[in-house]
Amino acid sequence: MRLPGAGLAKGLAVTMRTMTKRSVTDQYPDVKPELPPRSRGVIALLEENCTVCMLCARECPDWCIYIDSHKETIPAPEGGRERQRNVLDRFAIDFSLCMYCGICIEACPFDALFWSPEFEYAEFDIRNMTHEKERLGQWMSTVPPPPAVDGRAERPKELDAARKAMEKAAAPAAPPAAPVEAAE
Amino acid sequence: MTTVLEVALRIVLVLGVFLVLPLLVGQTEHKAMAHMQSRLGPMYAGGFHGWAQLIADGVKFAQKEDIVPAGADRAVFKLAPAVALLPYLIVLVAIPVGPGLVAQDLDAGLFFVLAVMAVGVLGALMAGWASANKFSLLGGLRSAAQLMSYELPFLLAAASVAMAAGTLSLPAIVGAWQPWWLIWQLPGAVVFFVAGLAELQRPPFDMPVADSEIIFGAFTEYTGLRFALFLLAEYAGIVVLCALTTVLFLGGWHGPFADQLGWLWTLLKTMVLAFVVIWLRVSYPRLRADQLQRLAWQGLVPVALAQLALTGVVVVVT
Repeated sequence: MRLPGAGLAKGLAVTMRTMTKRSVTDQYPDVKPELPPRSRGVIALLEENCTVCMLCARECPDWCIYIDSHKETIPAPEGGRERQRNVLDRFAIDFSLCMYCGICIEACPFDALFWSPEFEYAEFDIRNMTHEKERLGQWMSTVPPPPAVDGRAERPKELDAARKAMEKAAAPAAPPAAPVEAAE
Repeated sequence: MTTVLEVALRIVLVLGVFLVLPLLVGQTEHKAMAHMQSRLGPMYAGGFHGWAQLIADGVKFAQKEDIVPAGADRAVFKLAPAVALLPYLIVLVAIPVGPGLVAQDLDAGLFFVLAVMAVGVLGALMAGWASANKFSLLGGLRSAAQLMSYELPFLLAAASVAMAAGTLSLPAIVGAWQPWWLIWQLPGAVVFFVAGLAELQRPPFDMPVADSEIIFGAFTEYTGLRFALFLLAEYAGIVVLCALTTVLFLGGWHGPFADQLGWLWTLLKTMVLAFVVIWLRVSYPRLRADQLQRLAWQGLVPVALAQLALTGVVVVVT
């Protein structure tokens, strides 16, 4: 048997209790938000790593990545032949089209694209939302370091490979009679 | 000469209270409602926690264009905000704040106060009718229906106190008040307060201005300063209702050191009641038309009548 008006009292209690607690409002422009790790704010470009393979532009569902390039011939070293390499002329992402899926970053085989948590790049003109490679390169300084590897995780294969190569380089001094033990 | 000066001083004081207290209640509403909803409310205006928000609002309203709809009844349309606001100013004149501290001691103070408060309702009706807008008209008619039913329990509850004190003068009612009246007149106090809320069209009794149904009821067509006057009338109404409830049911200036700090007690009780008004607004959803009528006729009127009977019996016995 509930008392008549118990529901009314409960409603009053809820609002009063809420009033005594701290409010959950973020005072955004005054206090910067605490973003979760791996926040997707803007895409940064590390120009040196880009080989103009065009994978990102082709995988982009919105077709918002624009790439221009030309080939450059490197003069032949002594006894060799001439080589060609791609030179990046333009790399631009139109963030007014981008849907922040991150497929370009996943697709990049050379680690030239990164997520940055910066999100304050609103513009008054939509044309300014197209960031050219200079601006994309500036975002690199805001890219956080990759998260540390889990303590009991498998060791990165690259590290093992590098260590083995180093040991091999130091090995010649060891006796060749026991190569199996040296390898271990 | 001294009498003229004194009258002028009293009028200025009442006007000052009339302009300051509603803003105070409005600001309290901004902040208390925000925190009850886990928000912060205004934070910028004035620098410290948005204390000047309502002043900024007033400046904004004064700058806006004053539009009168083409089909409106111009004279009535323009007069309505004044009719809504002024009665509350006049009522303040008769409300005693401390022992001997009242702008004008009227013999039939209670009668005067209730009669003048009922005039304020006309403002909403005039606005609704003169706006030439169907939503305004709907809002006006809803106001009429609501105020018609709540005026009766409002008056009956007030009559109970007058019977108990044996006078209609507000200072005399407070003078006759005893602490045990709190229990004795409790049902009457609740009826008076709830019916008063309904008269002010405050949530949860805000069906006449239900924004999700009829935009803003009778005030839909108003802009600028006239709209601000209607808003001010709402908050002045809260102050007047809370002050009246304090005077009639909570013993006005009675409290420790009543001789020196009587006015403070009245003010304190009024503000606490004003907070309750805000609290109720935040907590409860809007009542439907039929629920409104049922609460008035099946809830408040019988309780008020029973209170009246109880008061009569106790007065005769003691």
